[in-house]
Amino acid sequence: MLAREVETPLKRTPLFALHAARGGKMVPFAGYEMPVQYASGVLREHQHTRASAGLFDVSHMGQIALHAKSGKAEDAALALERLVPQDILSVAPGRQRYAQFTNPEGGILDDLMVANFGKHLFLVVNAACKAEDEAHLRAGLSDVCTIEPLADRALLALQGPKAEAVLAKICAEAPAMRFMDAGPRRIDGIDCFVSRSGYTGEDGFEMSVPADKAEALATALLASGDVLPIGLGARDSLRLEAGLCLYGHDIDTATTPVEGALEWSIQKSRRNGGARAGGFAGADKILDQLETGAPRRRVGLRPEGRAPVREGAPLFASETSSEQIGTVTSGGFGPTLNAPVAMGYLPSPLAASDTLVFAELRGQRLPMRVSAMPFIANTYKR
Amino acid sequence: MTTLFTADHEWLRIDGDVATIGVTDYAQSQLGDVVFVELPKVGRSLKKAEAAAVVESVKAASDVYSPITGEVTEVNEALAAEPALVNSDAAGKAWFFKIKIADKSELDGLMDEAAYQKHTA
Repeated sequence: MLAREVETPLKRTPLFALHAARGGKMVPFAGYEMPVQYASGVLREHQHTRASAGLFDVSHMGQIALHAKSGKAEDAALALERLVPQDILSVAPGRQRYAQFTNPEGGILDDLMVANFGKHLFLVVNAACKAEDEAHLRAGLSDVCTIEPLADRALLALQGPKAEAVLAKICAEAPAMRFMDAGPRRIDGIDCFVSRSGYTGEDGFEMSVPADKAEALATALLASGDVLPIGLGARDSLRLEAGLCLYGHDIDTATTPVEGALEWSIQKSRRNGGARAGGFAGADKILDQLETGAPRRRVGLRPEGRAPVREGAPLFASETSSEQIGTVTSGGFGPTLNAPVAMGYLPSPLAASDTLVFAELRGQRLPMRVSAMPFIANTYKR
Repeated sequence: MTTLFTADHEWLRIDGDVATIGVTDYAQSQLGDVVFVELPKVGRSLKKAEAAAVVESVKAASDVYSPITGEVTEVNEALAAEPALVNSDAAGKAWFFKIKIADKSELDGLMDEAAYQKHTA
């Protein structure tokens, strides 16, 4: 998917000038020129987010409004349930929920956030998938819904223990929000969509803002001495320590939500015996796996040594066995843990915590322990 | 003592028939925060351009190539224990390994400091 996009000119987010002015090192990512880091570097950006607050430009992600032609959000919710295994009808106004678009084989086309804004639904999808997601929504829901991509909006995330105090100075309503609350709020006089959520394991907020106001909002947030801009490098190490999946790496069209250890995100109402069981692509396989288990599972992995074990490293049951049993799908160094961390897939019988497996790296077999995730406790304000 | 440089951003300090090898300050600035270093074993015979060590930042892993042929005589254990030395003192305390020079003529193809600065300019 990325390789195809490389041939088209890179797009820029509304914060491109701000990134350049602050020394952002720009790299191609999902068709956009994005900052991988700023002058302070990945390690300090990571640590600053955990200790204080970090501001992330995630404007490359797709924002979509889903309106029911009837004008009732419940109709949009019921329609969307055709495409995801989640209970969307029970997402209350002002709340959001994590979901996945599935394919007929039970694989994951993309993962997304779905918020109920009262009269319509608001979706946030991955940058690399947004064109396909839009087409998928149109093909699947056009009988009931209109699909409105909100291309003229930027998306900022403010994450970390000081995020609430920083945002409270320019958005009095922010502290009253709890984890996964979502809806329109005014920030510094700007009409935004705000949710209390993120991709770091920290408390924080995600703010959808009109593109022409994005730089003003980012500048206002960065005016606080507690906030540093954070690039994609630290975004990846933060989400990895938090045990959060990166689409296209840890989950994809060949992994089901159960294999991906995301069954917590599938509510009872959509499972066998539930009020609206099934009725989504791949339901047969996913519902069966929910009851009998999946042949393989996404697990957390902690290398026992200091060497980071990265994406693609093959996994083996012993130091000498020739049969590959799994693959690392994300891995690197966790600055908060001060140790390497990874996630990958293993056969279910070997997926229990503390199981010892071996990754092959530069001709050596390195021991790794299956570990519960998140690797560091999250600090969400529930 | 002469210091020479490779196009792959290694430096060599020549002291008689022993070369001390590290990565340049330019290399560390490109790598970012170094979190792991893997050194060759003492006694290993390295060929010119062979991958000899690994240096990893939060973001990625990079090989350090042996600029010349020879046998590893010493490695910097302090660097393995404190990889961030690469960022703080690439040209000094963060030396990687020492190698007994097998063929002095291999040094002829390397850059002096002025040429290396032009290379990275």
